[in-house]
Amino acid sequence: MLAARVLRLVGKRAISTSVCVRGGHAGVAKVEEYTLPAYFDLRENPLPDISYVQNLSPEQASLKEKEKGSWAALSDEEKIALYRISFKQSFAEMTRGSSEWKTVVAGMFFVVGFTGLIVLWQRMFVYGPVPRTFDAEYKEKELQRVLDMRMNPVEGFGSKWDYENKQWKK
Amino acid sequence: MFRAAVRLSVSGVRSLTRTQPGCQALLASRCYSHGKQETDEEFDARWVTYFNKTDIDAWELRKGMNTLIGYDLVPEPKILEAALRACRRLNDLASAIRILEAVKDKSGPHKEIYPYLLQELKPTLDELDIPTPEELGIDKV
Repeated sequence: MLAARVLRLVGKRAISTSVCVRGGHAGVAKVEEYTLPAYFDLRENPLPDISYVQNLSPEQASLKEKEKGSWAALSDEEKIALYRISFKQSFAEMTRGSSEWKTVVAGMFFVVGFTGLIVLWQRMFVYGPVPRTFDAEYKEKELQRVLDMRMNPVEGFGSKWDYENKQWKK
Repeated sequence: MFRAAVRLSVSGVRSLTRTQPGCQALLASRCYSHGKQETDEEFDARWVTYFNKTDIDAWELRKGMNTLIGYDLVPEPKILEAALRACRRLNDLASAIRILEAVKDKSGPHKEIYPYLLQELKPTLDELDIPTPEELGIDKV
C-alpha cells in the first residue's frame, strides 16, 4: 500500500516537470494561448512557425496519414487540401493588391471637406468683420508708403517703380 | 550563388558582370575585418549540407528556409533540391509547394529565374511528385 503510494508520488514528480501544461503545478505554469507561436502569412517568412489548421478534422487527419506515403498517390485536390492545412493564403493571395486605398482617400477627402465646412461656419458666425487693413483704400496707401520709403530699390518694389515718371517700369 | 541569376539575366545585368572584376579587386583591398569571406561555392555547400541532414526536423527546415529567403539572393537549384528532399523526409508536401512559391516571389522582377529553377529542379519534382504551384492553380487568385 505504502509502496504503491510512494511510487505514485514519484511518478507524479517525474512527469510534473514536463507536463506543466496540464496544471501539474496547480495552474502556476499554465501555458496561455497567447504565449504560443502564432500563424502569420508573410512573404519574408514563407514557412510560418505553426500550421494554420491546428485541430485537424478526421478527413484532414487521414489526409496527413496519406501524405506519409508516396505523393504520387495524392490527387491535386488532396495536395491543395494539404497546402491549406499548413497555410492560410498562397503567395498569390497574400501579395494581391487591395482596393483599400480608395476608402482611405475617400476618408481623407471627407475629413478635409468637413474641416472646410467648419472653417466656413466660423467665418460666418464666429469671427468678426475683416480688419480695415484689408480694405482696398488702405492697401493703396500702404503701397504708396512703401514706394515713398524707397523700399527694396534693388530687386523689390522700389526697383519696379519709375520715380521720375511716377509709373511702373515697363 | 547569385552569380547564376546574374548569368541568366539577358540585358541590363550582364553589363554589371563585366565591371565586376574591378569592383572585386577594390572590395578585396578593404580592411574591414580579418575574417575570411565565404565564397559562393562554400555558401551553397553549407546550405546543401544543412538541408541534407538526415534527421532534420520541422523546425530546422522552417528556420533554414526562412533564413535563406531572408538573404538578398535566390537559392541555387541544388540547395532547393536538398530542401525539397528534406520536405519529403518530413512528409511535408505543403512546405515543398510553399518553397517553390517563395523562390518565385523572391525572384522579383527577374522573371527568367523561376523557369530556370523549375527546369533544373524538374527531375527532383518528378521523382518526389511535387506539383508546382502552377500545376495546382494556386499561383493565381
